[in-house]
Amino acid sequence: MPPILAPVRPVFRAVAEAMVPAAQRYGAAEWTAMEAVVERALGARPRKMQQQLVTFMRLANVLAVGMSGQTLVSLPVEKREQVLHRLERAPVALVRRGVWGVRTLIFMGHYGR
Amino acid sequence: MTYDVIIVGSGAAGGTVAHALIPLVQAGLRVVVFEQGARLDDAEFTGQELEMAGALFEESGGVLTADGAMTLAFGRAYGGSTVTYTGTSLIPEPRVFAHWNVPGITHADMHARSTKYAEQNGVHFLADDEINENNALFAQGCRSLGLTAGRFPVNTRGCKGSGLCNLGCPNAAKQGTHRVQLPAAERAGVEVVTRAEVLRVGERQVSVRVHAKPASAKGHASEWAPGEYTVHAAAIVLCGGSMGSTALMLRSGLAAALPQLGERYTCHPAHILVAEHPQPIGQRGFPKTYFLDQPDAGFILETCMYFPFITAKNLTGFGADHQRFMDAFDRLQMILVMAHDKAMPGNRIGIDAAGRPVAHYTFSDAVKASLVAATRLSARIFFGAGAVRVHAPSADPPLLTRDDLPRLDERVHERHFLTHRISVSSAHMMGGCSMGRTAADSVTDAWGRVHGVPWLRVADSALFPDSSDVNPYLTVMALADRTAEALTSDLGALQSATVSA
Repeated sequence: MPPILAPVRPVFRAVAEAMVPAAQRYGAAEWTAMEAVVERALGARPRKMQQQLVTFMRLANVLAVGMSGQTLVSLPVEKREQVLHRLERAPVALVRRGVWGVRTLIFMGHYGR
Repeated sequence: MTYDVIIVGSGAAGGTVAHALIPLVQAGLRVVVFEQGARLDDAEFTGQELEMAGALFEESGGVLTADGAMTLAFGRAYGGSTVTYTGTSLIPEPRVFAHWNVPGITHADMHARSTKYAEQNGVHFLADDEINENNALFAQGCRSLGLTAGRFPVNTRGCKGSGLCNLGCPNAAKQGTHRVQLPAAERAGVEVVTRAEVLRVGERQVSVRVHAKPASAKGHASEWAPGEYTVHAAAIVLCGGSMGSTALMLRSGLAAALPQLGERYTCHPAHILVAEHPQPIGQRGFPKTYFLDQPDAGFILETCMYFPFITAKNLTGFGADHQRFMDAFDRLQMILVMAHDKAMPGNRIGIDAAGRPVAHYTFSDAVKASLVAATRLSARIFFGAGAVRVHAPSADPPLLTRDDLPRLDERVHERHFLTHRISVSSAHMMGGCSMGRTAADSVTDAWGRVHGVPWLRVADSALFPDSSDVNPYLTVMALADRTAEALTSDLGALQSATVSA
């Protein structure tokens, strides 16, 4: 089965670096270990939830354009964090829920390794 | 396949009922317990956070409410949630049972039954030299405010202070039903079948699916061969917890005759609060020694010490500030705050299209106010104990320093209680099959008899007509004891009815 994160890996890593600054110093081995934890967690969840995560990552990447003129992946990490902080306070609960879900996975991958 | 009694679930309720039926089993009664989770060997309790969460909790402890605003953690193993609780053993105050207002449920009766199980499970107070610095700081912080923290009785034997209670004690010290009631019941002849998912309950029978052990999973294979079974009995006792028992009844089509099924769901919504001290503090040792009950403000504070991922998840936000707290892990003091939520319309347990339990829960204004008030008091306790920085979920930004103390009421406020931004979790699911008088106001009577279904009983936290205000396991055992007592007295008639049928 292809990795669930594969279609959005650059966005996932861009978000992870903003949410856990230590991830900015990850080498290939750390990313592999971190994403393996996330893949395992996602793999145990319903397909619908996996799709929601991928959709949200794509949405967050695009929403950043409206908020800062660039996609999340092309923003410097400080700007990325600012955009994500705005999204976590978004008036739409679904957006906040998406941020909360992604941060949970990123914390699981980083602190649960 | 026929038994006299089927017990669904092996936690605080299922273990208690199985144990209470031992005299009858020794006289020839056939009793089987179906447990959805696995039976682990002692050596398999490694204390590794993600590994044990996956092995012992439903959905690794990450079940969400219907709107995704709260995480629900409940056990799924031989011993149920008694494998994953901390073992803190409180009996609710008389005000709780008075508020429940169920005929026959008195504080005196519940106290007597709870005390019996407290003795059976080795409940005692820790010696002073077993109290670690994280706990001592809480007591010190309370004293600085003129408050006196209560001390938890706990059910450990030979605790080595790993602090890993919620991941299943790696030292076999915690005395859950997996250590006490279930082994005794099995020795007496009760049959326990693990990896056994009860799909439906029908007229004096259940449909059970026994799962094969996944290749890399912890635990033993099931005692029965994988497959589906129909098992008959004179009586069926539901002990699958608030979520499990309620969902089983809902997917079995019992809601039509029981309009209250699923209602009166409460769960003690909780925050984990952390504070940073200037120096490392002793975190090793039993994690939960003190509590501070504030009934007028609707909350209870408890000492706690959690693990890196669960702590990171429960802090609000992310980024540099969040990481600074996590980098200071060995200097963190922790407090768990739990709201005394009250049953209200709309907060209920339902099922999804696949029949899985779904909790529908809205935070009432009272719950938000309680959690905010609890956070303010906790911040004062933290600073009173010498903390330099406090993380307050319902502050924005969530970082508090001593300079914030004069304006704490402004900094920590309900307006910052933004669902899906702040983390709220629960490990105390209650209600759904509440006790009461008739089917119009409840699902069972005060002895766990389901209204209009004499062969079906409930014995677990689903019975609670409202929250217990304290960690519920002893109350569950007391209610399960009542259910077992009534079942024992009714069993002759139930067996006769089965023969007639």
